[in-house]
Amino acid sequence: MENIIALAFTAFIAENIILSQFLGICPFLGVSKKRSSALGMGFAVLFVMIISSIVTWVLYKYVLEALDIQYMRTIVFIIVIASLVQMVETFIKKVSPGLYKALGIYLPLITTNCAVLGVAILNISKEHNFGETIVYTTFIGLGFVFVMFIFSMMREKIDKAPVPKAFQGIPIALIVAAILAIIFSRFGGIF
Amino acid sequence: MTNTENLFKGFVKENPLFVSVLGMCPALAVSTSLENALGMGIGVFFVLVLSNLIISLIMSNEKLAKLVKPVRIPVYIVVIATLVTIVEMVMHAFLTPLYNSLGVFIPLIVVNCIILGRAEAFAASNKPLDSVLDGMGMALGFTGALAIIAVFREFLGAGTITIWGSLSLELTGVFDFIGITPIAMFVQPAGAFLSFGLILAAITAIGNKRTEKLAKGAIK
Repeated sequence: MENIIALAFTAFIAENIILSQFLGICPFLGVSKKRSSALGMGFAVLFVMIISSIVTWVLYKYVLEALDIQYMRTIVFIIVIASLVQMVETFIKKVSPGLYKALGIYLPLITTNCAVLGVAILNISKEHNFGETIVYTTFIGLGFVFVMFIFSMMREKIDKAPVPKAFQGIPIALIVAAILAIIFSRFGGIF
Repeated sequence: MTNTENLFKGFVKENPLFVSVLGMCPALAVSTSLENALGMGIGVFFVLVLSNLIISLIMSNEKLAKLVKPVRIPVYIVVIATLVTIVEMVMHAFLTPLYNSLGVFIPLIVVNCIILGRAEAFAASNKPLDSVLDGMGMALGFTGALAIIAVFREFLGAGTITIWGSLSLELTGVFDFIGITPIAMFVQPAGAFLSFGLILAAITAIGNKRTEKLAKGAIK
């Protein structure tokens, strides 16, 4: 049990997917200008990440390992993720138009989001079992939502601040991210 | 556009990292040492040049292009994923230390926006030779930008510059001379964001100066 808590905490804060593993930087910088869109993107990624990690883990254990073709990992995973995103999009559109309205425009962007493929591969290379995969992926995803949310609030403030001309836009966003990363990395020693 | 223009536009004018700000994830993650940056550069070079070649060969054949068009993104991804798998296997076999230090970022070349971006924006509508040159230029521009960030971070963070394997420059003397120790933060994750932000701001400042001068008519 303690291991699971440690795993969840590390995934959420200390090894935060954006600030310490550098996955999902594109949406982190691209969709974080407004709080609502940051949250929409965050939850869309969380949703797809959990489903795709479960599917890829099962496929890897019971198909790729059984047939001894582990080297097909990258190709299989990206195809699974691309088709999953498509399926999720169609499914949500049919079942819940409200949710589709909130997440819809972010879903196609997720196929090339390295966070989703990255977590699927990390679960395999860290040799997580099924339970660990679910916990790790959920908390990595929640960490993504959390950082997107605080970062978007900071950017809303920065927009109103007198930033030097050369630093406007992405440079100042990166420097703010650096300060956030320092804070997050200091939580690493707790467990 | 001439061949040289196709090759060189990726270096400065359309630099994928500093101008288009694409492919940020690997840029921040593997710029801890020059060796890692160069290793990543080689991987991206191989994948980008070949994917541009293959995709432009597919799309310049009229019959194939008609067939592929509705499902072109999945086709691109499969082509790219195959090339990345080749890179992964070759690096694992011949460059094991580099393979271990780049880790998850080798398979993640698949979702590097530069590669898919060039496939869609350039290779799909240009001739094979032009696409190969474009791929080379973009990959070298990416590697160069990565190397600049890596040298900046490694020098400030560790006081060394690792060129390849055991071949490295020891520059800790500079820090001794000023009387401080290297700032370890620069090789940690936070340093990646900070260095990239500072370098990007410096480039924007230079760019702004140039446009001002151009407006005054000082340079033609």
